[in-house]
Amino acid sequence: MPDATGLELTAQALREANADSVLGTVFFRGRAVIIANPPHVHEVLERLKAQGYTFLASLHGVDYYPEEPRLGVLYELLDMKQVDRISVKARVHTEAPQISSVVDLWPGADHPEREVYDMFGVEFEGHPDLRRILMPEDYEGFPQRRDFPVGGEPVLFTYNEEKSYGKAQ
Amino acid sequence: MTSTDYRAREESITLSTEPVGESHELLSLNMGPHHPATHGVLRLLVTLEGEIVRDLKPIIGYVHTGIEKTCEDKSYWKVIPCVERMDYVSYYFNAMAFCGAVETLLGVEVPPRAQYLRVIHLELNRIASHMVWLGTGALDLGAVSMFWYCFRERENILDLFEMSSGQRMHTRYFQVGGVFEDIPTGFAAKLRTFLDRMPARADQFADLMEKNEIVLRRLRGVCPLDEETLLGLGVTGPLLRAAGNPWDLRKAQPYSSYDHFDFKIPIGTVGDNYDRFRVRHAELYESVKIIEQALEGLPEGEHITSDRKVALPPRHELATSMEALIHHFKLVTEGFRVPPGEVYYPIEGPRGELGCFVRADGSAKPARVHMRDPSFSNLMAFAPMVKDGYIADLIATIAMLDPILGGIDR
Repeated sequence: MPDATGLELTAQALREANADSVLGTVFFRGRAVIIANPPHVHEVLERLKAQGYTFLASLHGVDYYPEEPRLGVLYELLDMKQVDRISVKARVHTEAPQISSVVDLWPGADHPEREVYDMFGVEFEGHPDLRRILMPEDYEGFPQRRDFPVGGEPVLFTYNEEKSYGKAQ
Repeated sequence: MTSTDYRAREESITLSTEPVGESHELLSLNMGPHHPATHGVLRLLVTLEGEIVRDLKPIIGYVHTGIEKTCEDKSYWKVIPCVERMDYVSYYFNAMAFCGAVETLLGVEVPPRAQYLRVIHLELNRIASHMVWLGTGALDLGAVSMFWYCFRERENILDLFEMSSGQRMHTRYFQVGGVFEDIPTGFAAKLRTFLDRMPARADQFADLMEKNEIVLRRLRGVCPLDEETLLGLGVTGPLLRAAGNPWDLRKAQPYSSYDHFDFKIPIGTVGDNYDRFRVRHAELYESVKIIEQALEGLPEGEHITSDRKVALPPRHELATSMEALIHHFKLVTEGFRVPPGEVYYPIEGPRGELGCFVRADGSAKPARVHMRDPSFSNLMAFAPMVKDGYIADLIATIAMLDPILGGIDR
């Protein structure tokens, strides 16, 4: 992990390259997070990748309801040579949940981005095949959002089979 | 006829170099979601040209049960049994990743004895998980007896789990701050018997596989994938190590006292199915070595943190101490509160980097739990592996890929 100073230096270098790209930094329990400006997140990740964080360990979504902007996309980057981790976070509004895809940088972002789209409704621009991945393709709503009720999914039995999603009402 | 010229002769009659023309028809074949060789409810949409796989699309989500969503509705200590059911073959690892993340958020120190006990159970679970892989993998290649031998060994491990925690699977043994109970009398002796036997058993498994011409021909040089592509796809664990990259979080970023133990990281050279088999097989011996050292050097002391705000007080204190009774009541009803923050806690699972992301909002329930399951990323490497290979090699590759659909779909 970079220490708090290392994180600031990394963020400063990113700011020098593009003043709008970084909104802030968080250092908590040894985890370094760069909060990126959503339109520039691709650029930030590309710079960090060139800097040595070549492995995208994880990509996942978070719903910060009731805070705004609600939806967060987190990228956990790993530098295998220096054994160093850094996280990048970009937050978007539910009304305009668009963010650029990083599949061109890491082909392995394909399924995780589809999962974030499936669960939170974040639309990744430039993703080659943005479809639902875990939920059925005709499903409505984004189940991992905080305002989606737990247990909101009706259990299918014979008597309510006809009322399930995907069936003609 | 050696295995190489067998391949060469096969190559000479293959269509793989010829372009798809009017004379060669493409066939879409749907494999699964219920197929004995797909290791769970995995559906594969395979495009075939003759016997050659031209394209493959994995379709997942059939066992998605929304565990991550369920976790948001449970207090922290009740989340542990939920996450254990994600990758149902390596339940201790799921619990470890989650507990580690919550301990980092709380800033709780885990006592040395608990760390060693965790290592013992994690490595036992790694062996059990590799036993399932080897047994079912050999079954896919047509070796039925292998399955029984492997499950016999796994049975012994499950007996040990039953002894220490009362459960054979999904044990809920790891708690935030330590482990649920100290190991009972007799556990160490039984574990030693197992450890003495396991290397000899592993030798037998190697003999069964490596002295079998059919197995060798179906694994050697089949469906390799280079390190560069694997890294781009986010593949970790034995699959990456088979391609020659010695990345192992137990060495690179040691957690839970892994830096106290002396063990090696087995790696492969070309990253074909044979290397994948060899790497996992060699890990069996290393796990045995780690457990031996952990059992030998098991420190005395507490098995769980003495922080009463996080861990339950010992049962006998409830009869005498009002304070213990209050702590017990608070923990069982509401659970403990975790200060707001976000952490990502990665560990080395049997299939690769298993990372748990937890966001706490200050309440007694997590605001978000996400598991970065290695199978989920590893599955993306399946299509590039089997492209332009035979459909029979597809089965061998999925056996050596070892995906667990419970972990993929969560």
